[in-house]
Parts: sequence; C-alpha cells; structure tokens
Amino acid sequence: MLALLVLWHVAVRLQANPLLPGPLAVAGGLWELAVSGLLLRYVVASLFRVTWGFLLAALLAIPLGLAFGWYRRMELAFNPFIQILRPISPLAWIPIAILWFGVGDVAAIFLIFLASFLPLSVTAMNAVASIPDVYLNAGRNFGLRPSQVVFRVLYPAVMPQLIIGLRITLGIAWLVVVAAEMMAVNSGLGFLIVDARNAGNRYDLVVAGMVMIGVIGLLLDIGVRSLERIPSISWGYSDD
Amino acid sequence: MTSAAAHPSAPATSATREPMLRAEGVSMIFGRGDQAVNVLDNVSLEVGKGEFVCLLGPSGCGKSTMLNVIAGFLTPTSGRVLIDGQAVRGPDRRRVFVFQERGVFPWLTVEGNIGFGLFDLPQAERETRIAHYVEMVGLKGFEKAYPRELSGGMKQRVEVARALAVDPDMLYLDEPFGALDSITRLVMRSELLRIWEAERKTIIFVTHDIDEAVQLSDRVIVLSARPAKIQTIVDIDMPHPRDISSPRYLELRDGILDAIGLAHKV
Repeated sequence: MLALLVLWHVAVRLQANPLLPGPLAVAGGLWELAVSGLLLRYVVASLFRVTWGFLLAALLAIPLGLAFGWYRRMELAFNPFIQILRPISPLAWIPIAILWFGVGDVAAIFLIFLASFLPLSVTAMNAVASIPDVYLNAGRNFGLRPSQVVFRVLYPAVMPQLIIGLRITLGIAWLVVVAAEMMAVNSGLGFLIVDARNAGNRYDLVVAGMVMIGVIGLLLDIGVRSLERIPSISWGYSDD
Repeated sequence: MTSAAAHPSAPATSATREPMLRAEGVSMIFGRGDQAVNVLDNVSLEVGKGEFVCLLGPSGCGKSTMLNVIAGFLTPTSGRVLIDGQAVRGPDRRRVFVFQERGVFPWLTVEGNIGFGLFDLPQAERETRIAHYVEMVGLKGFEKAYPRELSGGMKQRVEVARALAVDPDMLYLDEPFGALDSITRLVMRSELLRIWEAERKTIIFVTHDIDEAVQLSDRVIVLSARPAKIQTIVDIDMPHPRDISSPRYLELRDGILDAIGLAHKV
C-alpha cells in the first residue's frame, strides 16, 4: 500500500505535465474538504441515499423473492417480466427518475432502489428453490405449522445465499449512487467529482472523491462480510 | 416364502404381532404418458408394534419411495397406508423419518438440532431431554458444536437423537448408515440396536445391504427390482446379540441371496 503511494508520487513528479494529481495534492484536497465540512456532508448524503434505496429494496424484494421461490407458479408468471428488466442498466432510468421525482434525493433513492431490487429478489428466489427437500421434510415431520417452517427452516436455510446477494447488491448500489449523483442531485460524492471538474478542473478534489468512494465501498463490504462469520450462517460458505 | 421363513420370532426380539401399520396395495407411478415410471407395484405389508423390520432391495428399486409413502411425504397413486387403523395423510411427529441424505440442520448446534422438535415443551424439560439424548448417542461435550465440525457418524447420531427426542412411536430410517465407512457403520448398527432395545420403538429400516438387514431386524421384507413388489418375507429368528458366523445366520443370509437370485460366490 505504502509502496504504491510512493510509486504514484514518484511517477507524478517525473512528468512535466502530470496526467493525475499526486498523492500529496489529493491528501491536501481531502483535508480541504474535511475542514470545510463538505466531505462529511457529501459522505452522509451519499450514504443516506444508499441506505434508503437499499433498505426499501431489501424490505420489498426479499419477502417477494422468497414467496416467488416458494410458490413456483408465481415465479413462472413473473419470470419473463424480470428477465426483460434485468439487462436494463439502472442508469438508463436516470431520465425517467428525474422526470418522475425531479432533481433531488428521491430520484437518487429511486435509482438505487431499482438497482437493488432485481438482484435481491432473484437471489432470494434462487435461494428458496435450492433448499434441499430434506430440510423442509424434516421441518414438516416435526409437526411445524407452515409459519414455523418459514421461520425455523426456510429463513435459516436461505441466509447464507441471501447475505452473498446483499453483499453484491450493496456493491452495485454504491456504484449506482455515484452515477445517480452526477446527474440527479447536487450533493454527495458523485456530485463532488462532477462539480470539482466543472468548477475549475480541480482534479485533486476529483481523485479525493474517488478515494473516498473506494474507502467507503470497502468498509461497506467488510461490514456485510462480517455477517458471514456468524456461526449459524457460516455453514453455507464452508467447503469441508 | 423361503425355507428360512415361518418361524415365530425369538423371545429376545419378540414383538407383539398386532399390526400397527398396514400398507394395502400401494402402487406408485411417477410421471404420466410415455414418461410414466412404475415404481411400486401393489405392495402390501404389515408391521407389528415394537417390531424392527427391514425393507431390503437393490438400489433404485423403490424401497425409499415406499418409506416416503409410509411416512406421508408422498401420496401413492393407489392404495393406502393405515397406522392404528387411520389412513396416513401427511408427516406426523409421532413417526419420525431419519434421512438418507444428511438431514441435520447445519445452522443449529448439536443441542439445537436435538431440541428441534421439542418447541412446545417448557424450557426446563426441553433441556433435560436434550441432555438425555446427547448422552444416549454419546455426544457429550459436543452440545455446542455445529454439524460441520462433526464427523459423518456423529452427524448421523445427531439425527437419530433428534428423532428419538420427540419420543415417537415409530422410526423410519432410510439407508441411514449408507454413507459411513464400514467400521463406523458396524458401530452405528450396534448402537441402534442398543437404543431400540432400550426404547422399543417400531422401526422400519430401508437398506440394500443383506448383512445389515439380517443383523438388525426381526423380519426382512425383500423387494424386487423396479417396479418393486414384495418378493419374500424372511423372519430372522435369532436373539440379539447375533453371532454373524453362526450356521443359522449364514443360512438366513443365503436364503435371502437365493431369493434375490444372487450367487453365493464372488
């Protein structure tokens, strides 16, 4: 890590007309943003949108996906619809999001919701479909009511796959928020990058924004991954 | 019937022969039209209370299907299964199935698995029962372990303990020791017999292993290749523990080999 920073520094210094600001300039940019309070405000703004878009999607998509996986007929009915929507990049929805919700938080949240909804519901659907019959049969054999089968067998059985889905989807949501902020709002880390370039080619601030995006993305991933170590979930990842 | 049959059970394994379970003309056809596969062909059998019965047949003959019908997981195409005079309509916690695949829940500890069926008991009683069955299957010290930390034999014992913990009338075992190495399998057989002698559950045990059937059961129901029909029923009139080199044991085993049409030499 340190070696990379040094390499970056040296490479930039060797060029007369550097293509990138050096690490010191970027650190200076970060400092400037931190002192002015903009950094915290933008990070909070971005996280706020991701949290809402992602949470709403998770709350709707996971139960829906589980139900689709459970009732295979429903899956068959909705599958073509899902398969058509799936290849459409969430970014293609930006004009429509702005048309419906105007420039602002709601449009960005809507885009993140869209980006998260399909992957989450498809994950939940596949997770249910792949539960081995023996678990469900065992649950029924011990006299569980259907609601108990859901909470004591179905839910724990899909958890490992669901968490992988949450992890991947949170990554997507974090990618989408940056893009959404470049078009649909005027705050957040995505906006910071576009704004820094437009307002006088401040590439030190552009790269500072990129660094923050990377760091926060990594932290989000680590956060979700830590769930994978819970003993009642970690069985799904072992390959013993 | 073979020459081995038609003896009353020896006293050590005696079961009251009042039938507890009766299957009447059970047939099972999977699929329809050209793709229809006839798996069970008019199978009728009776199992007495406290009896240990083996369903023996070649792999893929439909014996597991028969057990699934008996357990209520599958509805037969025709025929019915009666238990204490009542038709089986679905799975029931008084009759617990021990699965061929590992049916132990990987997200629960040994304790959690064994206590899985005890959800309507008060906490204190649940704990005593769990402790009792942990002890019985020799998993003391592993209460907090997760299945992936256990060996195959230990997982199988967890599953047997989970089934016994709800105090069922009957146990259905579907090739429970098939995936174990041969030494563990022998140990598990004697443990199952020990448990059976202590608890006197009615047991239906599916296997494709002739020796296993003769070592364990009071009666061996031999099924033919698919579609499964009852080929013969052999009473094993030997007390436990059985001497597997005794002439009687070999006679019974050879009788079954003959019935299946297998040579005695390999």
